[in-house]
Amino acid sequence: MTTVASAPPTGLEKRSTPPPSKRRGIVGPIIKYALAIFFLIVVLMPAYVLVVTSFKAGNEIGVTGQWNLPSQWTVSSWGKAWDALQPAFLRTFQLAIPVALISSLVGAANGFVLSRWRFPGADVVFTLILFGMFIPYQAVMIPLREIVTSINIQPGIPTLILVHCIYGIPICTLIFRNYYATTVPEDLIEASRMDGAGLLRTFGWIILPISIPGFVVTIIWQFTSAWNDYLFAIFLSNTRNGPITIALNALAGAQSPDYAASMAGALITSLPTLVVYILLGRWFIGGLMAGSVKS
Amino acid sequence: MRRMRQWGPGLLLLSPSLILLAVFVYGLIAWTAKVSLSDEHNARGSKGFVGLQNYVDLFTKDINDRFLHSLKNLLIFTVVFLVGTMLLGLLWAFLLERGVKGEGFFRTVYLFPMAVSFVASGVVWRWLMNPADGGLNAVFDGFGLGFLQNTWWTNPDWGMAAMALPAVWQLSGYVMALFLAGFRGIPQELREAAAMDGASTYRLYRNVIFPQLTPVALSALIIVGHMSMKMFDLIMSVSGAQWLTEVPAVYVWQALLTSDYSKAAAISIILLLLVAVVIVPYLIYTNRAEKNR
Repeated sequence: MTTVASAPPTGLEKRSTPPPSKRRGIVGPIIKYALAIFFLIVVLMPAYVLVVTSFKAGNEIGVTGQWNLPSQWTVSSWGKAWDALQPAFLRTFQLAIPVALISSLVGAANGFVLSRWRFPGADVVFTLILFGMFIPYQAVMIPLREIVTSINIQPGIPTLILVHCIYGIPICTLIFRNYYATTVPEDLIEASRMDGAGLLRTFGWIILPISIPGFVVTIIWQFTSAWNDYLFAIFLSNTRNGPITIALNALAGAQSPDYAASMAGALITSLPTLVVYILLGRWFIGGLMAGSVKS
Repeated sequence: MRRMRQWGPGLLLLSPSLILLAVFVYGLIAWTAKVSLSDEHNARGSKGFVGLQNYVDLFTKDINDRFLHSLKNLLIFTVVFLVGTMLLGLLWAFLLERGVKGEGFFRTVYLFPMAVSFVASGVVWRWLMNPADGGLNAVFDGFGLGFLQNTWWTNPDWGMAAMALPAVWQLSGYVMALFLAGFRGIPQELREAAAMDGASTYRLYRNVIFPQLTPVALSALIIVGHMSMKMFDLIMSVSGAQWLTEVPAVYVWQALLTSDYSKAAAISIILLLLVAVVIVPYLIYTNRAEKNR
């Protein structure tokens, strides 16, 4: 793969061969593969339904033959969904890209300081920071709505950028702290200090250039969270100025929804994050594993 | 003074974030708590402090015991969600641990639902869990498993168990990843030592490997458990906000729609406490474990 940097280990890499079982039977492997493939089918089943239904015309959706392939493949439902979602689709890029970049930069700065700076009470401060990523955001939503209306920030995307950046600080700080604690050798920082560089300069010239793997992880993580977010979106925006999750919910949540268009819409909504996952899976998993706090 | 020069820049880098979190996490929680202690039950504002009255009312005077009903829903949802993700996650990780050709492919597929939003997957799950003849009910019928047909989340008693199925589908892969990392983190020497002692495969797992996974299992339980308490998107997407499937996180939204700020705030604070009870000990524990390494 010609990527800019190698992915940080996710902990899932195969390190050892499992002990060979004493009985070299045929039954064990058969059960093993049968189960693995069965669950593969179960996990993929909703994806099958989504794809198949999305290529049906609105009038082919009946009770009979629901699971069949379309009798006539058509993209008309995709067209309908795209018309409904297109403005929100573009708005969500305007939301998720700045959020990913800003959060990552802030997280890198915080993570660097916290990985090197053992000031008294550092653990307590770090724990207090981390707690912020676990709270149910309902617990801040009522005053948050008052604040964003009173500080005159534009409703919709600008408000959501601000909010995602703030509440993304804990996870990005955590990812970078663990990254710096495990991958940047102390000697490098010591050498930089010997050369008379201060903390800021060390960070800017020595650390940032070798932080690309950390950045890929946080950028993907924040992009995905902002893209998939529904909670902040429903509290702080509406169908006219909100992101794609709101638009999809409006399309699919109608009283008698057009299932074909809804499913095409769900696929359109999921496409960017799925592409990221398929192309950059290892980094995606890196963020996922960091979310369980342990480094 | 020297310390100041040494660490001043660090403080400079860190302080904006610390101030933002102090205000937007802890400050706003305090603000919400204050609203929950007042009688701001409509858009006209508050007349004053009422102590814990809103909390007491939620448990004793809520119409149709609506709040208790939402807690019961949350409990059923959480049990199914936890049991489902832990069992499937462990089983999948175990299968991959035993060595499967094309492991990367299986892993990628098992984990892919994590990349999709609940709002998007909710669209297809609402279709799959159609209470009438369609979706999964049609599959059961086709395979002669008609007795499995059911009304899914519209069942007034056990509907929330069905509501947890999409959540299990979405997060089992994540639990698998945690367990797989756990399996792979077990030192090879330990396995070899057990093999030298002549331990059978069964005993190797039973006495050596599974006990080593306890911390991973605990992490997984806590992460999934706290997600469950916050569950909102999925329910809004599959059923919409309605009595049958209401959980506290949805109730907050419903209370806000009627401008009952104090009630919404009180439910939010209870939700926060529920989450804090599992998360805070976990954070302290991981902090200690890290320091002792």
